Amino acid sequence: MLIGLHHYLIVAAILFTIGVFGIFVNRKNVIIILMCVELILLAVNINFVAFSTHMEPVAGADPIVGQIFALFILTVAAAEAAVGLAILVVYFRNRGNIAVENIDLMKG
Amino acid sequence: MFQTVSTILPELFLAVSASLLLGFGLSKTSDRSTVVRNIAAGILIVFGLMGYVLDRPAGTSFSGLLYNNDFSDFLKTIIGFAAAAALLLSKNFFQKENLERYEFSVLTLYAVLGMSIMVSSNNLLSMYVGIEMQSLSLYIMAAFNRDSLRSSEAGLKYFVLGALSSGLLLYGASLVYGFTGSIDFETIRASIALTGPTTGVIAGMVFLLCGLAFKISAAPFHMWTPDVYEGSPTPVTGFFAAAPKLAAMAIITRLLIVPFGDIMGQWQQVIVVLAIMSMVVGAFGAIMQTNIKRLMAYSSIANMGYALVPLAAGTIAGVQGMLVFMAIYIITVIGVFACILQMRLRNGMVEKVSDLSGISKSNPGMALALTMLMVSLIGIPPWLGFFGKLYAFTPAVEAGLLWLVVIALVASVVSAFYYLRIIKTMWFDEPNREFVRAPRQTRVIAIISVLLVIPVLIIPGTGIAEAALGLAENAAQALFAQ
Repeated sequence: MLIGLHHYLIVAAILFTIGVFGIFVNRKNVIIILMCVELILLAVNINFVAFSTHMEPVAGADPIVGQIFALFILTVAAAEAAVGLAILVVYFRNRGNIAVENIDLMKG
Repeated sequence: MFQTVSTILPELFLAVSASLLLGFGLSKTSDRSTVVRNIAAGILIVFGLMGYVLDRPAGTSFSGLLYNNDFSDFLKTIIGFAAAAALLLSKNFFQKENLERYEFSVLTLYAVLGMSIMVSSNNLLSMYVGIEMQSLSLYIMAAFNRDSLRSSEAGLKYFVLGALSSGLLLYGASLVYGFTGSIDFETIRASIALTGPTTGVIAGMVFLLCGLAFKISAAPFHMWTPDVYEGSPTPVTGFFAAAPKLAAMAIITRLLIVPFGDIMGQWQQVIVVLAIMSMVVGAFGAIMQTNIKRLMAYSSIANMGYALVPLAAGTIAGVQGMLVFMAIYIITVIGVFACILQMRLRNGMVEKVSDLSGISKSNPGMALALTMLMVSLIGIPPWLGFFGKLYAFTPAVEAGLLWLVVIALVASVVSAFYYLRIIKTMWFDEPNREFVRAPRQTRVIAIISVLLVIPVLIIPGTGIAEAALGLAENAAQALFAQ
């Protein structure tokens, strides 16, 4: 079987869906939410790289920008994880646990 | 080379001065946070003035990644001033709460740098980098009171939902890239003109809009807003309500008009749905609120709905109406937060609506200021808020969206209830306590904001109103000429 563009897109779409559902369905642990965010970003990266390598070139655009975009996403994801974990540590120090169902001080 | 430098001069100035200020704040011997704040406010004002004073020609830099024109200059001016006002408001609050750290001012500068990149971005990549630069600074600012459970919870919620919205935005960007072959706004437009709106492009566009709707807190992507507004330190909430909303609104406008300008039939329905849901959620959600910061969160959701109404028209007048409405909203909301920051008793800040009861007796000046601002938010003529709504709704009527405007007007009437309730609490309820005298800086900002919403300045003939409208019109025209 020849692996084509749509195979990559389907894998990325499945990973993206798992990531989004993971954020909403998960009621246990905030760390799992952070993992789901990473999953979404990786799904996007698969999309970008697959499009970049399988694309018909368009006038005035170089297909390589998809791979460059993926590199930028990796960099920003690292920064985002750093900030997210720092906020999580601050929250843990105040609350004593990081269970999702306990993050309910404010509502209404 | 020189063109690149001239085009990105405001961003360059902001980036260099923010980094220098970060180094300057690292003093072991003395606490420089107040000095750093004043310098940062000065930097923001210079940054705001730069666009119009230098009068640079429109142009691209970094091979088309950024495109600076009248549209981005107009927005940078408002963002610079709004951020400077929010920064000055934070001084007294942070000193009283023992939070005075110079990093806050530097973070504000970096957030504004991100917004500045957002409003002049001409490429999906620079748009993403700008949004992330702004968001990462804002997450930290929301959790700035790190010993408070509420503040850190606000930061955590903002981070999780902000990261999700970035994910949606990126997934949309990858689909648009895949189906048009480019990430450059103008090439995307040319490619869509060639192939027509394919399913992939439309799906990508909807994901992009969903991601950005999180940033302007349009319903149904608004659920983080009340919690983050309530939990964050009050000056930070004031900052959130003003500049980032405008920047996100601007990038939505740019996306809709430049790359997706030819498929208006596809995006108009999405914008209309977002507008209706935001107006309804904002109007009815605020009725039961007792916390004034939470109430302002719902008010901002409703106002983002009003701002989306002219955008749905998709015309030059529509973009102009959105810019005028947002500018007036930002002036008003900064005044409101300057008043909320004056709600301080001897033993600390209070933020319940009921705490305002009878303050017309004890703090008549503040009661009068807040009344003026609330009346402007309701949109009663001749206050400025009325003209904001007038300029926002007229283009929609002209574009045949009369029913949308009717919904908007009904929502305004419903939301008048909770604004009027605040006025009633201040003037007609029994006084129970007295706020301590507010610091001069906070009062001055509230007074400036009140003077701007009372239409003294827009009497026909003084030319100020005409000049401001002309700037907004030039900005809208520049966007369409791109």
